[in-house]
Order: sequence, then C-alpha cells, then structure tokens
Amino acid sequence: MKTIPVATTINGDETEFLCHADESLLDVLRDRLGLTGAKEGCGTGDCGACSVMMNGRLVCSCLVLGVETEGAEIETIEGMAKGDTLHPLQRVFLEEAALQCGICTPGILVAAKALLEKNPDPTDTEVRYWLAGNLCRCTGYDKIIKAVQTAAAEMRGA
Amino acid sequence: MRYVKPESFEAAATLLRDETGISRILAGGTDVLVQLKAEMVEPDLMVDLKHLPGMREIVAEDGGFRIGAAVSGAQLGEHDAVKAMWPGVVEGVELIGSSQVQSRATMAGNLCTGSPAGDAVPAMVTAEAVARVQGPDGVRDVPVIDIPTGPGKNSLNKGEFITSIYLPARPAHAGDCYLRFIPRTEMDIAVSSAAVSLTLDEEGTVTDARIAIGAVAPTVRLVKDAGAALVGAKPDDAAIAAMVRAVEAACSPITDKRGTIEFRTKTAGVLAKRAALIAYGRAGGQL
Repeated sequence: MKTIPVATTINGDETEFLCHADESLLDVLRDRLGLTGAKEGCGTGDCGACSVMMNGRLVCSCLVLGVETEGAEIETIEGMAKGDTLHPLQRVFLEEAALQCGICTPGILVAAKALLEKNPDPTDTEVRYWLAGNLCRCTGYDKIIKAVQTAAAEMRGA
Repeated sequence: MRYVKPESFEAAATLLRDETGISRILAGGTDVLVQLKAEMVEPDLMVDLKHLPGMREIVAEDGGFRIGAAVSGAQLGEHDAVKAMWPGVVEGVELIGSSQVQSRATMAGNLCTGSPAGDAVPAMVTAEAVARVQGPDGVRDVPVIDIPTGPGKNSLNKGEFITSIYLPARPAHAGDCYLRFIPRTEMDIAVSSAAVSLTLDEEGTVTDARIAIGAVAPTVRLVKDAGAALVGAKPDDAAIAAMVRAVEAACSPITDKRGTIEFRTKTAGVLAKRAALIAYGRAGGQL
C-alpha cells in the first residue's frame, strides 16, 4: 500500500509524516513519530488510554485516521509539561499517587486538562462522568478524582 | 484502501456509485474505524466528507435547525438554541459514548449505522426530523424513520449519503424527552429506550403526541397508538396507562445478555411514561 504525505501541527511543532490510508493517528504517533505517551489499550475507543486533543477537542487517537489530521492541531501528553515544569495535574498525580501501573495516566491527564479548560470548578460527579471513557484497572478511581480536584483548586488559585 | 476527500457532494456520490469494491463513508468514524480495527470490514475506498460545505455547521432554517452530518455530539450539545428547542434530541445524542466519542460521533452516523439501540434515533423520530440525502442523481429529503431498515441496515442506495438532518420548527407549548435504561450510569448500550414529543394547548391538554421506542424491535418504532392515547387530555393516570399498554403491545424485542423480552417490554413502558411526564413539564404543562 502506498503512503500518503500529511502535514500537521503536533504540540505546536509543524510536523510532516507519511502514513498508510488505514493507519490510525495512534499508530502514527507511536510508530512513526516516536511519541509513545499515548497508549494503546483497546484500539476501539473504549479505554481512553490513547486520548489526545485534535483541533481543541478530546479524541481517542485510535479512532482517528492519520490522514485525517492534515492541517489539524494535535496536542499530546508530550506537550503537557513546559520544559522541566510539570503541569499541575501531572505534579499532583505524582504527589497524591493517583496512579499505579501508569498505562491509563497519559490519557487521563489529557482528558482531565480538557475538562478543566471547559469547566475549572467541576463537581466530583462531573469529573467522573467526563472521565468515564478513561478506564483504570488499578486505582479504583478515587485517587484520580481527588487529584483532579486538588489540581483544579490549585489552578483556580493560580 | 484508498482515502479520498472529494471536492463536492456530487463528486462523492459519483465516486461511491462507481466503486466496484467495498466503500465506507467517514464522518465521526466511531463505528467505521472500530469495524476496521476488528477486521469486520476491509474497505477498498474510504470517503471523507467532513470538509464539505455545511457538514460541520448548525444553521437556523425556517424556524428549525439544519444540522450538518458531521456535527459532533459535543458541538450539538454546546448549541444553546437547538438544546432549548429540542432538548430530547440533544440529550439522546449526548448519551452516546464517552467524552472522547462525543468529540467525533454524529447523529447521522448513529442513524445510518442502523442499531436498534441508537440513542440519537428515537427523539429524532419523534421530532419528525428529515435527513437530506445526496445521491448520484441529486438530492432527496427522507424522514429519519425511513432510514434504518434493520440491525446494521439502512435504506440508502449505492452512492447515497446523508449531508444534513433537519429538525423542524416546534410549535408553542411543546416539549420532548429521551430516556434509556442501562444497568450502569454511563458508557453503555440501551437495553430499552423511549422518546416522547408533546404539544399542548393553552390549558395543558395534549393536542399532539409522538412516542418512539428503541432497542425493543429490529428498528426504532414510532408507536402511533401510544401517541393517540395521550391526545385530548392531560397525561393523567388513565391516559398514561393506556399509552403504556400501547407501547408494550408495540414491543417485539429479543432476549440477549443485556435483557430479556419481558424486561425490555416492561422497561420500555416505564421509560415512555417517565419521558412523557418530563416532556409535559418541558412543554409548560402542570398536572
């Protein structure tokens, strides 16, 4: 199968890549661009481990074709910290141990950041519904919800 | 697989008509790309239509709204005017999938994918929504209820696709509602569902009622007897009981891991009752 050239912007950097027509954005990020922060859990949009932002919307990168990102703005977990400074969500997740194995964490951080940009002061119920598409089989979710709320409070004060 | 972004709707229709292999249309991709991954389908041609004019727009038209076929659930949910006019339609669409899926999934896709349990469909049916269908020979308007023909099947011909869905103007003193039953609180497929759209007169008497049920038959069903049972009175206990009997009589579900025939039939009636009372309140009615 021939490859198709695609020009996109990833974490603010203009990026060009070649991919097959049926290749997912997730596979492009991981296998062609070396951005392995987004994880493949299910590959069918159920688990959220591959969450990224595309044109300001939270998506599962496994449910986007690489060729669809022509001209798009993509943000991944790799763009979340600014240099050595972690995003408050990242830091609080570490401080409050809101992860165990860590596979779901990049997707949850990207999704939580998207929520707080829309809704800086969510209720616990709103956090749980928003993150319903991000599965975690370790934590039981409570620490994740608490960490999101701690970071949200800090970001509101900042 | 070839990936094509045609320059016009006409070009897309011709391309799809002339394709000898398997073709798929890409809008939200939340069903198609799952099927691809699961190797349920290996398309020769994938036609992306999202960039074409109007596909991602919500436009006021003749007192109602024309919703582009690639408008996502999230985009629809952010549109206050559509939400105010057809809250039941919007709440149905917003029940589909996760936040991530909402960023991509569309009502047109939910309709064309042909699931009897599609959450966007019952309230579109009770809203008397109309799909605008582009084909190789031109454009036609098709009532939403005539699109799905059975599980995984729709009535569109080769080369045809939906470009927009029109939600008509609604009269004064009208309201709608969609409810589904799932055994958890989020991220599940309806075991049964019901949508109700009511119009009242000044005194709160129901003058028009449409009731549709989902996941209890091969397609979403508009239950005319159930609507008729509510017309001419306030939705008191007797009218509601007659409506519920009509809903139950219209159910012909299957038993599967998500629910039995008996359970689905019973819950469809309960949901229709609850949705009718909510729609009545939204229409300004007081019991």
